[in-house]
Amino acid sequence: MMFTDEPVPGYPLPMLNGHSSPGRFERILRAGHFAVTSELAPPDSADPAAVYERAALFDGYVDAINATDGSGAHCHMGSQAVCALLTRLGYALIQQISCRDKNRIAIQGDILGGAAMGVCNMLCLSGDGVQTGDHPEAKPVFDLDCMSLLEIARTMRDKSTFQSGRKLDSPPKVFLGAAANPFVEPFDWRPIRLAKKVAAGAQFVQTQYCYDVPRLREYMSRVRDLGLHEKVFIIVGVGPLASAKSADWIRKNVPGVHIPDSVINRLKGAENQKAEGQQLCVDLIQEVREIEGVDGVHIMAYRQEHTVPDIVSKSGVLNGRTPWHPKLYDGDATVQNHLENL
Amino acid sequence: MYAIRKWSVRHARLLERVYAGVEKSLLFAAPLINKIGHERLEAPVAAIEKGVKGVLFDCQMCGQCALSSTGMSCPMNCPKTIRNGPCGGVRPDGYCEVKPEMRCVWVEAWKGASQMENGKDITTVQFAVDYQLKGKSSWLKVVRDKAPADKNSEAPSS
Repeated sequence: MMFTDEPVPGYPLPMLNGHSSPGRFERILRAGHFAVTSELAPPDSADPAAVYERAALFDGYVDAINATDGSGAHCHMGSQAVCALLTRLGYALIQQISCRDKNRIAIQGDILGGAAMGVCNMLCLSGDGVQTGDHPEAKPVFDLDCMSLLEIARTMRDKSTFQSGRKLDSPPKVFLGAAANPFVEPFDWRPIRLAKKVAAGAQFVQTQYCYDVPRLREYMSRVRDLGLHEKVFIIVGVGPLASAKSADWIRKNVPGVHIPDSVINRLKGAENQKAEGQQLCVDLIQEVREIEGVDGVHIMAYRQEHTVPDIVSKSGVLNGRTPWHPKLYDGDATVQNHLENL
Repeated sequence: MYAIRKWSVRHARLLERVYAGVEKSLLFAAPLINKIGHERLEAPVAAIEKGVKGVLFDCQMCGQCALSSTGMSCPMNCPKTIRNGPCGGVRPDGYCEVKPEMRCVWVEAWKGASQMENGKDITTVQFAVDYQLKGKSSWLKVVRDKAPADKNSEAPSS
């Protein structure tokens, strides 16, 4: 779908009243659509074609693409570079910013740089510990945490200053997000921590993988009691599991991912475990969309990115809507001209 | 030390009262502290603070103590030094993602806070740490923040 005031790719949308960004993702959410986001695994490569190919897999099925920032503490192409390549084609990006690898001087520079390149959404994360990655000998920075990062990004946007108080000439117009994990201890405090994130500036959250819907329902009921569902857009993380074996490995080795036995058993019992994993993901999407206060799903299909279109279309959550993608412009002379001149 | 740290969280309410007393005394002594001069007192007071809080909390001397707002569990012992935890990596039994043998500092913090009279302070957002204060006394900082000296008493006596 395109908004009536949709410009050529790479150009920001006109900013609407009450919006923080000129981005399409914020528009979709504020218009009340059920949003779909996915995450692009940045390549271990200096070839931009790898980024374009990975993004094109999602064409027409997702409203925004997360560019991960050294996720799992592994080295890959940087999130800001992925954003730079893709915003020029008009994609809506969610630039992930982790506090693990950079201090506040570098991070504030990245916020300005990202916004200058057309990034309208930023996801503020503390980041995984370095011990989980391929360089456990690295120095963990953690100058900020996700909460102080949110507050600094909001100050830059709303007060047009760095944390130091020094004035910006032009503030970054960004829609600010954070992560949430309703599926790990301490459960009682998780909704209250979400309230803290909202107080620090979070406008949307993307959750960790959800494989336990009853747990999510409990969390969301507390979230609604606190009135948070009216202050922050909640996008629930889901993803296809490749097999019972890999699911078991994930729950034992990936911090923060909770997979109940029932899920493992369902996969074990299936003839084609891969297909069952995708069907499970479709079922989860359909279940979570019915929960009051859930505004979208974030599909993390690590190494199974090609399955995202099928999962989205089977789930029916787009309701006949086709999210914007560059090929919608095929044949449009103004746009062709713009893209050729990049 | 780790056992004492855990004891401190279990006795968060007691320590909250003790600290209230310490703060009261500090503020009572503020005119004297201001007269002697913060610079002159910095090294000895920081050494005492490091000794006492090191034993009780494994204090890392960030110089801007948040223990009253973190259930008497020092956030600087979190391997990610998260001041607003817990992160999303907590293990199923409440242990740390990075150091599996250690209880999550923030799971402990929320437990401590739930016993404290002003436990709800844990819900206020702690902003970025000022690394210029690292190694300095946060007790003296409390005096400066809550009982600032008037300009005349700060002047060196001739």
